[in-house]
Amino acid sequence: MSQHAIEFENVRKEYGQTVALDGVSFSVEAGTTTVLVGPSGCGKTTTMKLVNRLEDPTDGAVRFEGEDVQNVEKTSLRRSIGYVIQDIGLFDHMTVAENVGTVPRLKGWDEDRIESRVDELLSLMDLPPDQYRENYPRELSGGQRQRVGVARALAADPDLMLMDEPFGALDPITRDNLQDEFLEIQEQINTTILFVTHDIDEALKMGDKIAIYDVGEVVQYDTPENILENPANEFVEDFIGSNRGLKKLQVLPVEDVMDTDGSLVGKSVSELARERPEFEAAAADGAGTPPYVTAGQSAETALSVLLESDCDDLPVVRDDSVVGTVTLKHLRHSNGPTREELTHE
Amino acid sequence: MSNLLVEATNYLLNNFDTFVDLLREHLILVLVAQVGAIVVAVTAGILATRNERAKTWVLSSGNISQTVPPLAVIALVFPFVGIGFNSALLAMWVYALLPIITNTIAGIEDVDEGTIRAAEGMGMTDREILRQIQLPLAVPVIFAGIRTSTVMNVGTAYLAIFIGAGGLGDWVVTGIQLFNTPQILAGAIPGAVLAISLDTILGVAERNLNTQTTQSGGAVAEA
Repeated sequence: MSQHAIEFENVRKEYGQTVALDGVSFSVEAGTTTVLVGPSGCGKTTTMKLVNRLEDPTDGAVRFEGEDVQNVEKTSLRRSIGYVIQDIGLFDHMTVAENVGTVPRLKGWDEDRIESRVDELLSLMDLPPDQYRENYPRELSGGQRQRVGVARALAADPDLMLMDEPFGALDPITRDNLQDEFLEIQEQINTTILFVTHDIDEALKMGDKIAIYDVGEVVQYDTPENILENPANEFVEDFIGSNRGLKKLQVLPVEDVMDTDGSLVGKSVSELARERPEFEAAAADGAGTPPYVTAGQSAETALSVLLESDCDDLPVVRDDSVVGTVTLKHLRHSNGPTREELTHE
Repeated sequence: MSNLLVEATNYLLNNFDTFVDLLREHLILVLVAQVGAIVVAVTAGILATRNERAKTWVLSSGNISQTVPPLAVIALVFPFVGIGFNSALLAMWVYALLPIITNTIAGIEDVDEGTIRAAEGMGMTDREILRQIQLPLAVPVIFAGIRTSTVMNVGTAYLAIFIGAGGLGDWVVTGIQLFNTPQILAGAIPGAVLAISLDTILGVAERNLNTQTTQSGGAVAEA
């Protein structure tokens, strides 16, 4: 198996006179999430469809695990790739269990294996099998339906998932929850994911790498941090929007900016309250615990907690023990200097 | 009016053996024509959804078959198939096709596009999409077409008498010629009851079939 799960090499796609894609070249590393983002009609969905051959390129090559997809039979290719779309497309005449078991059934798994796989996935998607297995799709909410859609795509344990605006039709709260859950699930399943969205915030949140599309071409392909740091051109800058500073904080784990030397380091959360008067006040206020953030949370969350608290420096906690502190100054400088420079200030 | 109904009932009871014969002829005509029409129309409807040219062709023949009055069809076909049961059957079969064809096409084409795209993207072949997705989802619409066409054909079968194929039309036509209103009613009312009964039976069958398709989905999974 090649290290690159998917490679696009100089791909061109025409529909009659219209050029939908031109000169698209990039590689997706195995086990990572790559987000294709851009305005409507920019070719991001077309790019995705080239991978499971819902479309074929006019020119150039698309390789999946080193093999040109043109040489792979369509149905077996598609059965080895998970596919999730915005309108979900659940089969209304089948139960949740039958929906999720679709691809394993097509692949001829035996019934016991399908059943245990279905239960495993429903549990993973936070839909207790005993409760939901026999439900019909119309009995579920939008968020639950999309969970079933994701479970169905994961059913045959694909090496690659294609997700075409999977959370696009959901309300903001459900979408946010599903994004968070999916990020957790992704760590467990270790599948390569190609994700299409028109929402830059979703792209920054979900992507290990992001490909930004202008009409028919990729204008920048990089990590979220680098895209925010060095937008390739004006188009990318506009697309990111005006609150770039805040977005940088979104993609930055707080542990990357914190000061690891403070006097609070090594203390447990319960000890914090006794440490300083402002912590004591916050704990007495009804919150129960003094304000802190956990190491995996974003710098944006840290900023928000800082702004609401009376503290100048906010403890960063991992496994109930303080591993560092973060101040407004750290956060401001996180847009520029590195962590080493900060700690020497 | 109630007097007429009593007279009609009396007429029916006094000629009960004839009535059973006529009803049997009527029912056989309807059932045989319907079974033939269902087989051909559903197949044609499926073909039409797979191919644009087939669709134009199927729909225009369906429309023509519906526009030509059944009596004219009988007149047109009897030189070839002769007088009697076969001509009547052919006319009724032709007349029953269109509602089933249009509903089969509509049922299949109305399946949500996202559902089809998901099925395709998951690696189902066209055949699997048709059999496992489109047809089961189209069953209620196809069944509505079958019910419409059956009820219509119970009415059309009254014309079978004109070509000597019997049926309840016998009493109605004779009744009209003899100004025998009780006889007309004794022929007409059972037809209405028959139409309503067949519609109800098909409705029940449809519900059973629906639960069966969902169950057979599970059975396929178990296979």
